[in-house]
Order: sequence, then structure tokens, then C-alpha cells
Amino acid sequence: MTRCRLMVEVGRRQFLRGSLTTATAAAAAAAVGRGAEAAAPRGGAVPDYPRVRLANVRDLRIDEPLEVAYPDEDAPGVLLKLGKRVPGGVGPDGDIVGFTTICPHKGFPLHYVKEERTLDCPGHYSRFDVEAGGQQVWGHATMNLPQYELEVDEKGDIYAVGVDELLYGRLSNVLG
Amino acid sequence: MAYKRNVDRLPIVPPDAEELNVVCHFCIVGCGYKAYVWDANREGGPKPEQNKFGVDLTRQQEANTAAWYAPSMYNIVKKDGRDVHIVIKPDANCVVNKGLGSIRGAKLGEYCYSTVTGTQTNRLTDPLVWRYGQMQPTSWDDALDLVARVTARVIKEYGWDGVFVSAYDHGGAGGGYENNWAIGKLYFQSMQVTNIRIHNRPAYNSEVHSSRDMGVGELNNAYEDAELADTIVAVGTNPLETQTNYFLAHWIPNLRGETLDKKKRLMPDEPHEPARIIFIDPRRTVSVNAAEAEAGKDRVLHLAIESGTDLVLFNALLTYIYDQGWIDREFIEKHTVGFEKGPQEVPMYPARADSGEFAERWPGLDEVIREIRTSPEEAAKICGVPAEDIVKAARWIAEPKAGGYRRRTMFGYEKGIIWGNDNYRTIAALVNLALATGNIGRMGGGCCRMGGHQEGYVRPPYPGGRPAPYVDKLLIEGKGAVHHIWGCDHYKTTLNATEFKRVYKKRTDMVKDAMNAVGWADRERLVDAIMWAIRQGGLFAVDVDIKPTMIGEACHVVLPAATQGEMNLTSMNGERRMRLSEKYMDPPGQAMPDCLIVARLANHLERVFREMGDNEMADRFKGYDWKTEEDAFMDGYHKHAPGGQYVTYERLRKMGTNGFQEPAQGVDEEGRIIGTPRLYADRKFSTPDGKARFMITKWRGLQAPGKEEQKRRYKFLINNGRANHVWQSWYYDVDHPLVMDRWPWPFLEMNPEDMKELGLKAGDLVEVYNDAGWTQAMVYPTPTAKRGETFMLFATPRGVQGNVVNDGVNELVIPNYKQTWANIRKLADAPTEVAKISFKSKEYKPPT
Repeated sequence: MTRCRLMVEVGRRQFLRGSLTTATAAAAAAAVGRGAEAAAPRGGAVPDYPRVRLANVRDLRIDEPLEVAYPDEDAPGVLLKLGKRVPGGVGPDGDIVGFTTICPHKGFPLHYVKEERTLDCPGHYSRFDVEAGGQQVWGHATMNLPQYELEVDEKGDIYAVGVDELLYGRLSNVLG
Repeated sequence: MAYKRNVDRLPIVPPDAEELNVVCHFCIVGCGYKAYVWDANREGGPKPEQNKFGVDLTRQQEANTAAWYAPSMYNIVKKDGRDVHIVIKPDANCVVNKGLGSIRGAKLGEYCYSTVTGTQTNRLTDPLVWRYGQMQPTSWDDALDLVARVTARVIKEYGWDGVFVSAYDHGGAGGGYENNWAIGKLYFQSMQVTNIRIHNRPAYNSEVHSSRDMGVGELNNAYEDAELADTIVAVGTNPLETQTNYFLAHWIPNLRGETLDKKKRLMPDEPHEPARIIFIDPRRTVSVNAAEAEAGKDRVLHLAIESGTDLVLFNALLTYIYDQGWIDREFIEKHTVGFEKGPQEVPMYPARADSGEFAERWPGLDEVIREIRTSPEEAAKICGVPAEDIVKAARWIAEPKAGGYRRRTMFGYEKGIIWGNDNYRTIAALVNLALATGNIGRMGGGCCRMGGHQEGYVRPPYPGGRPAPYVDKLLIEGKGAVHHIWGCDHYKTTLNATEFKRVYKKRTDMVKDAMNAVGWADRERLVDAIMWAIRQGGLFAVDVDIKPTMIGEACHVVLPAATQGEMNLTSMNGERRMRLSEKYMDPPGQAMPDCLIVARLANHLERVFREMGDNEMADRFKGYDWKTEEDAFMDGYHKHAPGGQYVTYERLRKMGTNGFQEPAQGVDEEGRIIGTPRLYADRKFSTPDGKARFMITKWRGLQAPGKEEQKRRYKFLINNGRANHVWQSWYYDVDHPLVMDRWPWPFLEMNPEDMKELGLKAGDLVEVYNDAGWTQAMVYPTPTAKRGETFMLFATPRGVQGNVVNDGVNELVIPNYKQTWANIRKLADAPTEVAKISFKSKEYKPPT
């Protein structure tokens, strides 16, 4: 209970730091903000998403969330390897997915519930299924969880090139 | 893949955008929103001086920011004939929701009719009539002429009893003071209609008769009381899903201990702690889970009783508290009928005791206890919960705090007992408990229904008696000649729905066949043909709604209504907070506010009766020269509501999304309406002598006819209710991809062991069937569900739970949806739409 309340306070004050702490987080931090280039342009009101290297497939272990950020350092997210083919999954096994970790309801930081493979929000109890394209299992957000469009190159480097919903706290996914 | 919009940016609200007060159309809580409207060909910019919020939008905004809106809050609509951008987002300055938006209200933008973005484009835009074998558009005058002629002929031939009406009585969209007044004036003043029923029940009755008969209005506290209570008792309510932001903004802070400073400030003499909470519900809900996550399991007590046994539990709690001497003797002596021999006055039916002297007078509390005495052990046997948990609940409710201070306990109840077994006595038993512990009219107290819709009821008195006619049963029996339907869809929201739909289709088809035999423009012969079919048992049906409905498919005339946002509308929320929700866009096509449809129908009835040479009848339909919804408001609320003389649109507009709490007491020097935060703070209850009544609430098993037998015959309880994603009868949600993506069929929560026995997998479609009918649902594995107890989503378009609810009602014709038993068998494997959805637990898990 106490921890949960702390999480909420963290969410209120410092949500930008994210809430996922894992053994591999350091590797991700190194990846963020490096090697940014333009993703393929799209039409209409779609902003020019950067193409950002988030990690290499070798950095990922099943069910160990890797803290990342996309499209910029102020937008925390997570990469997950799930060990089974899932919607939006990339990599040799189609099992690597990436999501924002800011709750699209009120902007609180999500945490990974390994046993059920959901991202849960301590702010108002919403939860999202990372095996079902981020579908909101239950909650208050009026969207399912924004998921990264990912690409993997021949070296196994994982790039984010887009997001499929508007991120909380910004009226353009690419700020500026 | 889950539904995604692929919206990557939204237009920015410019500094000069028009700002309007909005109250969410939907649930009782009535969250405050602001609508921002500006021309379609421009937008603001990210620099502080370029946007409405004065914020640098080139930066990521923090949690809870007021400077962000989701795609669901945005749209392009018509206003005064021009294309405009609109953003409807939660108002951070509203004391009700404090900036929170639910998954329902935070979609108000996308629920707008937009021919540009394609949202809700199947809104009704023109009057439709059954012409040449299908529904065809026509003018208002043409449609209303037919309705008026048939209705007038019916009144002449059958009297008022030939006119059957279904009408909402609530606030928010499809209701509010303006529209409720108009409907009441037409049917209760101009006409004398008694065969009328309300949107969610088959008669014209209160859902909480007994509370009112005891002198306790059902919305008696303030939302702030949930922040001040020592203990909250939640009965048959799942507030996180159905009164979401009341729970999040007012209950949770108290469970977290965040309101301790406020408690100390307002109630300085007594000790305070974070609140404890008791849930009384056969099912473990997400509300229980959230409360445990916040308060800790040791401060949450879930009494998962046997379905329908609430009354026994309340009687046991009252007996125990009485025996311990924890009752509020001073309050009882001064402000209730007292302990012995209440006043000589026939207690309201069916409150009187089963025999003896209590048929003639009200009982005192001592007498009530003698009649209902129930020990925790006796209750434990019937309710299926441990006796020690009942004692624990009694202690949490009434054991004095350190220093001997009275515990402050708030009771909130809703459909679990309103649509549950023995409604009248069960609610009375809960009010007994609240009165005996002195918890009505004090800070941190209250005994309130949690509410469904907002409210907005001011009407001339209903001319019928009590019990009111069981309208849906009369329709099945062939009664009624013309049926006017205002914003109701019985096909999704009635009981005994399988049989109702079978008969209703047959009767309305008879009229359709007769109409097919006559040319449309030959009005005299058309009306004659309709009347001929009516005499053969047919029914002429008129449906007024904003969208096509299931019952509307059976109707002969469908009239397009405007809804909130397309008209100005006033309502009050669950703490009687009245606001004006302002018009922010044009209605679709020819659609009009209901109150103006009523007025134009009355104008046509006046004309038709005059043409028939009946001036006396024609004169009854005078007084409908309203041009705007404000005219209806001034004719209704302003003249007839208690304190209504102080309330005008202009004053309400100034009071924004916070409004005032009804009843109005006056106006201060700045023109602000002075309200009433808490009812009965003066301890003057709503009875002739101002003293509250107790009732004798004896247990009599499953009260409604057919329920005991159904329970014996069928294996599964089909408990039922709402879910977070959905509002009411899905009238918008059926066209919202986020909702239909999540719940393409109604879920049926089921214990995995029960599923295994029936050979069912997650997502399988099953038939739910019993003596009343059959329906379908999608199996949702739920480990927390008790064996043999399922929970089905109510009022859905693709599986109507009411199909399997039998016709048994209480003495006042209150339906009993909750106590339904049926068998379950597999229909099909999960369809493609289902295969992609999540079947994981809905319960949030804190970080480990």
C-alpha cells in the first residue's frame, strides 16, 4: 500500500523518469537519443517521426522490460520480449513489442506486471495487455496503449519509427 | 490488433476560442467539462501566447495537466451552420471531478455528430414514417399531423387509457428539467395518462419508494461527505465503474488518508483516521480491488453475500448495534418517531408489518427490533458470510470512536438492491440502520442512492395510483392503442424481454400491414386503416430518439431529437448540484430538442381536435408556445421547482460547472444562487411532522413471483450490471470502435472451473436460457467469480440480459433483474472479432 502511494506521488512529480527498473535498463539508456534519423515520411498531419535505435535483440530477455524512450527522451517507454508471436511484434520470433509507459488517461507511469503481462497504472488502476496490442483490459483511458512501430535490421538493432496513438501530455507526438 | 486511431497530432486550441460550460451527458456524477470551439480553417500554436492554456506546448506536459486533450475529446462539428473545431475536455476547476474524465465522458468529442470526421453519422436527421413498406423521411408537419390524428382518434375512442407512453425521467442527455417538464405537462396536465413507464422499468414508480416514505430523500448528502466519513458502506454498487470520478475524486482520497487535514479542520473535536470501507456485493468488483490497493486489505471488508439476502444482513447489523447500545438515542428521540408507538397513520404499502397493529400506525425503533431481531449467526446462515464479519461490519459502522465520539458512516447503495430482491423492504432496512445510527444530515454521513443518470425531474403530479400499472405487461396483454416512446429502448432494457419483443413486433406489424394497403397522401383513409388495425389488436408506435433504436424498428413514426450539447440543458447530479450545460453545436438535420417536439405535437393536437369540432379538448393543449428550451425551463423549473424562482439560465451560466446544490435558498448580492449542500442538516425530515419513520422489514425470502422456483431449477446465477467502457443502452457505444473492439458481445464472467465443466474456452459464445427466454454472451474467465455465479453485461445490443429475466416484480412493480438463474450451453467458438481481445483479469495489480 505504502509503495503504491509512493508510486502515485512519483507519478505526480516526476513521471518523466519512468518507473521501470531492470537489470538491462542501463543498456537502454545508452541507446536513447543516439543515432536519430528521419523515418520514412508519411502524408497528412503525421509528424516526421525520428528513426531511433532503441536496443539490439540481444539486449532483451523474455519478460524483462527494457526502459527506452521514443520519439524523444521526454517520452518514456518500454521494450518487451514475450517469447510468442504477438500483434505488432518484430524480431526473428515476432515477439518484441514497444509501448509508451505514460498512462494515456492522466499521465501516470505504468509498471509491468510480469505474471499477467500487463502494464498497470497506480494512478487510477487502468491496465493494458501487451500481448493484445496494448488493449486496455480495464481502465479510464479513451484509447488503447500507444504502441511503437518497430523495425529490426540485419544486425538485430531495433528501431522505433512511429507511434499508433497520441501520447499523453503532447498535442503532437513529435514535439516542436 | 487492438483498435488504434493513428492520430499523431491534434489542432491546438487558439487563445480566442469560445469557451462553454459543459456537464457530462451521462452518469449521475455529472463531471464538469469545458468545450472550446473555433473556426475550422485555423488553429492555435505551441507557444504560450498562441494557445488557450498559455502553456509552452513544445514541451511534454506533466501528469494531470489541463493543457492536453485526447483524440476522443476532439471533433469537427457544425455550429451556427459553420464547420468548427471542438475540444471537450474535463474542467480542472470543477469540484465534482477535479479535472478527471472517465472513459465515457472523455469521449464526448467523438460522440458528436460529424459529417466531416464521420462520427455518429447514423444520428436521426429527419422525421421518418412507414411509407410504402419502409421508413422514409418527411417533414415535421407531415409526421406530427399523422401522430396527432391517430392519437386524437385513439383518445376519442379509448379515452386516456388508449395512450401508452414510455419516457425517461432523468437528467443529462435525453432528459433534464426542460424535457422532463415538457413530457410531464403533455401527458399529466393536457392529458391524464396513467399507462406510462420509465426508461428502465415497466411502470411509473420511484426506485426508492420506501426511503421517501420514511421521510428520507434519497440524495441527501454531499460528495464531500465521502471525504469526511469514518466508514463508507457501499451496497450493491460498483462505484469505480459506474460513478467513476465520484469514487476517484472523493472516496479514494479518504481511503488514502489525504483528507485528514480537512476532517480535522471541519470536525476539530474528535479523532480521525483514513476511512474504512465495507462492500456488500455477491461479486468481487474492481472497486473492491482498488480500495484494497489504497487502504490495505485490513481496512476493506467485502461481504460477498448470497444474492438477494441484503435485507437479512441489514436486520442483523441493526440488531447487533442496538444490543450494543451504539444507536444514537438523542437523535432517535428528537428527530424520528422514537422507540415506541409511532404516529397513527396507515404506513405506506407495502411497508406495514405482515399483521396486527402495525397496519394502522408506524412503529418505533424498539418495536422494529422486536419484529426483525436477527442474530449475526442467523444472518450468517442465510447470507453465506461469517458471523464474525457481520460483527466486524457492525463495529466499523457504529462502534464509538476513542473518547466516545459517534462514528460517521456514509451509506451508498444502488442497483444491487434497487433492482434486487424485495426492493421496498431492503432499502427500508438500510435506511433504518442509517437513522438508528444518526447518520443522516450530518457531515460524513448520508444514506443515498449512488444513482444512474443525473436527475432533472419537475413535472405536474402523475395522475395514476400506487402501485402504478405494469405497462409492459399490459402491452403484452394487448392493451393500449397508441404508444409514444421518448428516449427508451425496451428491447434492450426491460424484463421478460423475449416475450415483450415477440408480442410487440406482432402488434406493430399489424398496423404496418394496414398502412401498406393505403396510399400515404390519402390521410383520412390512412388514419382509418390504422384505427382498423388497432381494433384488431394492433399498436401504433411513435419513437422519439437521437439514434435508431431496436424498438424503433417496430415503430411507424420515428422523430429525430437533439441531445445535450445541441441544446441548452439543466440537470442535477448525485449531490443535487445543478448546472446549465451549454449548447456547443447544431443538432443534426431537422432534429429538435424533445421539449420543442412536445410543444409542436401539442400544437398539432390542438389543431386536430379543433378540426374535429372538440374545442374543449383542443383547449387542453394550449400553453405550448415555446420557441426555445429556455421557454420550457421558465415554464417548468422556474415556476414549479422548490426554489425555482431564484434560478435562471443567466444565473446558472455565471455559476459555471460548479453550479449550486438544490434546492435554491435565495440569491446573494453578487447574483449567485445560494444552495443546500446537505439535506436534513436541520433534522427536519420529509414527513408531515418532520420526524423520520422506521419500518418493519421482515425477511420473506425471494419476494418476486417465480424467483424461488427459477433458483431451484437452473444452475447459474446470472447476476448483471454495467461495465466501465459503456454508457447505458450503448446508443453511442454501438458505433464507437474503442468500445466495440473491447466488448463485441456482452461478457459473461464465469469461474474457470465452471467453464471446464461445460467445455468452454475464453471468448466462446454461449446461450443463456431459462423459463423466461434465451440470450447470448461471450465467456470471460474470472477466477474471483464464485462457482455457479456469473455476471453478464446489461443492456447490450448483441445479447439482451433482460431476455432471461422473468416477469416477477415487487408490489410496486419494481423489476428484479439481479436475481435471475439460468442454464448455459455453448453456441460457437470465439468469432474472429473476439479472438483478438484480452481475457486477462480486470484487477489492477500494484508494483511488487
